[in-house]
Amino acid sequence: MLDKADGQIFTDNVRLVHAVGMHARPAVKLTKLAKKFQAQISVRVAGAAEWINAKSVAKIMAMRAAHGSTIEIKASGSDAEAAVAALVNLIATDFPDEAS
Amino acid sequence: MQGGAAGLAYRGRTASIGFAHGPFVRVDAGTNGERVAGTLVEEALALRKAIDTASGQIAELATIAGGEAAQILEFQVALLEDEDFIEAIFASIGEGEAADVAWRSALDEQIADYNSAEDEYLKARSSDLADLRDRVINILRGGGGQVPRIPSGAVVCADDLPPSRFLEIDWSGGGGLALKRGSPTSHVAMLARARGIPMVVQLGAIPDVGATALLDGEGATLELDPSAEQLHLFEKRREFHRKSRASARAILRRPTASWRGERIRLFINIQGVEDLDHADAQYADGIGLMRTEFLLSERGGPPDEETQFRAYDAVLRWAERRPVTIRTFDAGGDKPVPGFTMDGEANPFLGVRGLRLCLARPEIFTVQLRALARAAVRGNLKVMFPMVTAAGELEAGRKLFADVVQRLQADGIAAMLPELGIMVEVPAAALAVTSFKASFFSIGSNDLAQYVLACDRSNGALAPLMDPLHPAVLELIARTAEHGRRAGVSVSLCGDMASDPRCLPALMNCGLRELSVNASALAQIKQTIDRLSSGGSLG
Repeated sequence: MLDKADGQIFTDNVRLVHAVGMHARPAVKLTKLAKKFQAQISVRVAGAAEWINAKSVAKIMAMRAAHGSTIEIKASGSDAEAAVAALVNLIATDFPDEAS
Repeated sequence: MQGGAAGLAYRGRTASIGFAHGPFVRVDAGTNGERVAGTLVEEALALRKAIDTASGQIAELATIAGGEAAQILEFQVALLEDEDFIEAIFASIGEGEAADVAWRSALDEQIADYNSAEDEYLKARSSDLADLRDRVINILRGGGGQVPRIPSGAVVCADDLPPSRFLEIDWSGGGGLALKRGSPTSHVAMLARARGIPMVVQLGAIPDVGATALLDGEGATLELDPSAEQLHLFEKRREFHRKSRASARAILRRPTASWRGERIRLFINIQGVEDLDHADAQYADGIGLMRTEFLLSERGGPPDEETQFRAYDAVLRWAERRPVTIRTFDAGGDKPVPGFTMDGEANPFLGVRGLRLCLARPEIFTVQLRALARAAVRGNLKVMFPMVTAAGELEAGRKLFADVVQRLQADGIAAMLPELGIMVEVPAAALAVTSFKASFFSIGSNDLAQYVLACDRSNGALAPLMDPLHPAVLELIARTAEHGRRAGVSVSLCGDMASDPRCLPALMNCGLRELSVNASALAQIKQTIDRLSSGGSLG
């Protein structure tokens, strides 16, 4: 699906530093951020067989990514490059609460 | 407890303390019959509408509630906005399933998946999913999500209550929560404690009678249609509770305790993370002893690094900048742990226990040290080893710990070596205390007394001899305190003596200025030190 999409595919990976792994709060933040982009974005725990839609909180939770695992991100579409950078930053900075 | 002639009384378990007297209201989620399914299109539309309604209701609740409650609800909203998840349900409807059936089976599948997880965090989320499942089904069944009108100050009764339903009730006029089932560790119990709403759970069968109720969160009782006498007794209990809390709080809120001008630090002992829920825990100067054996009692062998890290991290977060002293596994002796401790020791109290056991089982000990090393970067952590006899044991533990830190750091994982101290409970350690290069000492007076007095502390026949105020015990405590004073390292005492007001004068005279007590004893110990310091009696 994604691989057939037009345009360039951007990829990157980042270590999950969050203490309890990819749990509800980080998963909600990740999907919220992913939805801000037009791009199709997929994630997976490094080495996993399946790519997962980064905009689906149920699937992100089901991924059960543990603390210390590496998350691979790939995206395609108009704002794909920015999307990958934003998600990497969110995970690398341990899902900070938005400044408000 | 037996009520008067008219009143019925029930006993459950305390989930949140406090008292409530008000109208008795049941909000049992009445499953108002079966739904009649429509055409495929009607079913799809009905679900879409129900999801929108539910989403709106939850978002509104989150806005009103704020804080922790809002975060609990945010996950539910995210799930409703998850197109992948929702689309699969619409696909089932397209194949002829009724809206409520399709919705329920999708949610039940997720709930079962979460419940099968090893992970406590994920398991706890399954009740949030059940909450969401029932809300949407209720709307589909024409409940319209109508918030039941609950009069102000009511004692609300339900089988169980999900967090979102709790938040829908207006608690501004007081009231209480009486659950037939439920649990003191649920999300809703946490919310009730945060709001100061009395809550009693596991009341069992309650008949469908009663117009007014008395809920006593302290005694964990519910009384229906109370007699004048029951009401009178209830008011007396409420008044007594109010006064005793007020005086204990007043003492706790006062600045730190002091003894003849010297500051006394009062820490608390905890057995597990939930002990921090005690209302007085917040007034402690820190955690003087966090036992970790509770982690060993979980099913399925020794706990993994992540489970341990989460427990340690939770306590450090609670403590903020205050010190937290965590004791490594103290198994063996009277605390056998299958698969960990040695079997068939003739005298387990003098056997392979405490640090001795941990050094003999590095594969288990290393996992705990890894979790502690990672936790150390997140707060003011100190780690102490139990049952230490010789300086070499402390150094062996330190070396193992340092290796663990080095390996973690090499892997790019944040970790550090915390301050290391020892328990002083073996007489040899007390006598040769100067030989230990420890950053702090904590006197375990229960074991110290048992070993010095040669009295098995579990043998009732020896109780009269088992006196912690024996001069030999006090001599060892005084030596240890004196060494600490000279060497400039902290010495505390975390055994039962510290929580016993009768022992306080002797401990102060031994030169101890740090005590670690049970949270429930904190107010009394602080009060006793104040009285003694100003020349008063034990009172």
